[in-house]
Amino acid sequence: MDFVGLPVPYTMKPRRISEFLIESAIFLAGTISILFVVLIFIFLAKEGFALFRTVSLWDFLAGKDWYPISYPPRFGALPLILGSVWVTLGAILISVPIGVACAVYIAEVAPHWLREILKASVEFLAAIPSIVLGFIGLVTLVPLVQSLFNISTGLTALAGSLMLGFMAMPTIVSIMEDALTAVPRSYREGALALGATHWQAIWRVVMPAASSGVIAAVMLGIGRVIGETMAVMMITGNAARIPTTLLQPVRTMTATIAAEMGEAVQGSPHYASLFAIGIVLFVITFIINLTADFFLHREK
Amino acid sequence: MVTPEMKICRPKVTVKDLSVSYGRLESLRHVSFEVNEFEILGVIGPAASGKTSLLRTFNRLNDENPAFQKTGKILLDGVDIYEKMDLPTLRKKIGMIFALPAPLPLSIFDNIAYGPRLHNVWKTSELEAIVEKSLRAAFLWEEVKDRLKTPAMKLSGGQQQRLCIARSLAVEPEVILFDEPCSGLDPIATAHVEEAMQELKAKYTIILVTNNTKQAARVSDRTAFFLMGELVEIDRTQKIFTVPQDKRTEDYISGRFG
Ligand SMILES: Nc1ncnc2c1ncn2[C@@H]1O[C@H](COP(=O)(O)OP(=O)(O)OP(=O)(O)O)[C@@H](O)[C@H]1O
Ligand SMILES: [Mg+2]
Repeated sequence: MDFVGLPVPYTMKPRRISEFLIESAIFLAGTISILFVVLIFIFLAKEGFALFRTVSLWDFLAGKDWYPISYPPRFGALPLILGSVWVTLGAILISVPIGVACAVYIAEVAPHWLREILKASVEFLAAIPSIVLGFIGLVTLVPLVQSLFNISTGLTALAGSLMLGFMAMPTIVSIMEDALTAVPRSYREGALALGATHWQAIWRVVMPAASSGVIAAVMLGIGRVIGETMAVMMITGNAARIPTTLLQPVRTMTATIAAEMGEAVQGSPHYASLFAIGIVLFVITFIINLTADFFLHREK
Repeated sequence: MVTPEMKICRPKVTVKDLSVSYGRLESLRHVSFEVNEFEILGVIGPAASGKTSLLRTFNRLNDENPAFQKTGKILLDGVDIYEKMDLPTLRKKIGMIFALPAPLPLSIFDNIAYGPRLHNVWKTSELEAIVEKSLRAAFLWEEVKDRLKTPAMKLSGGQQQRLCIARSLAVEPEVILFDEPCSGLDPIATAHVEEAMQELKAKYTIILVTNNTKQAARVSDRTAFFLMGELVEIDRTQKIFTVPQDKRTEDYISGRFG
């Protein structure tokens, strides 16, 4: 093609316009997502803060009793918060070591053909709907936990942790595996050329180089665990008591909202309290994402 | 002044009928030559002539590649490096500097201390001495001595390459392999690296792969010319560049193909 002879503005103009349109569209898309986040938070806050007209924030966060429909109702969310924390902690203790080991194996050790199979299976695991996993957990994990520890019911925090651990693992593995494979080959070879063994290179060079991704993977795994609802509701026993061991039934924040939203009278303190739980969840997840973000963008 | 001729020429590395292939693709074919102790052997040749493959085979960096196959022998001081030497020992003795400077994501100090630590040097005073000595030998000490704790990634490209040289020196190798160490550097940084190499020659045996024939002419004592996996000619640098025996060598160094 020959543009010689065409006046410059003639060739430039359509490009300018399309550039402008694309930029505005992208700007709009970006701001809309921010707008949604803000709107959701405002909505949550408006409904949830109504609770604090009848209950103090402290009584809500630190109260030990959750009897929302007794008279007078008690809105102590501590058992629910602790329920979520216990189940989540258990799930992390299970999924992080296994997930890290799995990702390192896939990214660094496994032969090529096995790597592809493993990656596909991990992705497959991620694709199983959580309700299905919950169902499987209910009929397999729960009786297993019961007979293993010889307790009256297997519907416990431990069963929830185990199952959530398996749910979080695909997230952890696939993000971490990406982070590990993204480490330039030159780091690895640099370390090897200095006499490092394969493991020394992985441990002291590749992992630290991928650390931000590794941490982000773990954080996102936690996010997945703490937000999970249906499956935990099915297998944790749903008792709103402060748990002292993993072998007790617990009830998480998410399960509480899901179970009680249907019967709470709109506008009642009970209704508001569920939104207040939502705010707590929102804040926790927000903090987790913020932490993940911090590590992701940390200067190396 | 000690000129190369005055030294006793002792073969440090002996390559015997070495062939290397990646699956079907042959990248080195029946190569045999020797590298003398305390010399700089320049290795030149057009792209894909097998130069990098040769160095990686010396350092056994291809061991993890399932497609990699080799026949023939490489001897270091008469010892077969594939049969009779374990990997950490080999890599301590043979250091490698890559085309793109690749500092580890650590501080300057830790980059250099990395190798010694791998080989179980842990005392801080000892490490400090090694770091200073290595940085001096690589002509980098003056530029970085006040910021050893800063990330190595913050150095310029030329400084990073000298850091990588220092890092290799820190494990006290006997042979240093350079794979196009100056390909990403400006003339001044290149001059620094070449200067460092000239100094290193006194204590180390150096194999310098370069795409820049002039660099081989400037720096190396002997030069080997590779073409499509074959060793066409190896001789004293002066001879290669003035009276090459093979027509193909002449064509290459006079820039008629490549
Ligand atoms: N890891 C590998 N897997 C498969 N083939 C390879 C691998 N490394 C090199 N080769 C092939 O071996 C041949 C020689 O490559 P080599 O990298 O040794 O060339 P070179 O002389 O270093 O070239 P350049 O000057 O471009 O660096 C090439 O055909 C290349 O495609
Ligand atoms: Mg090369």
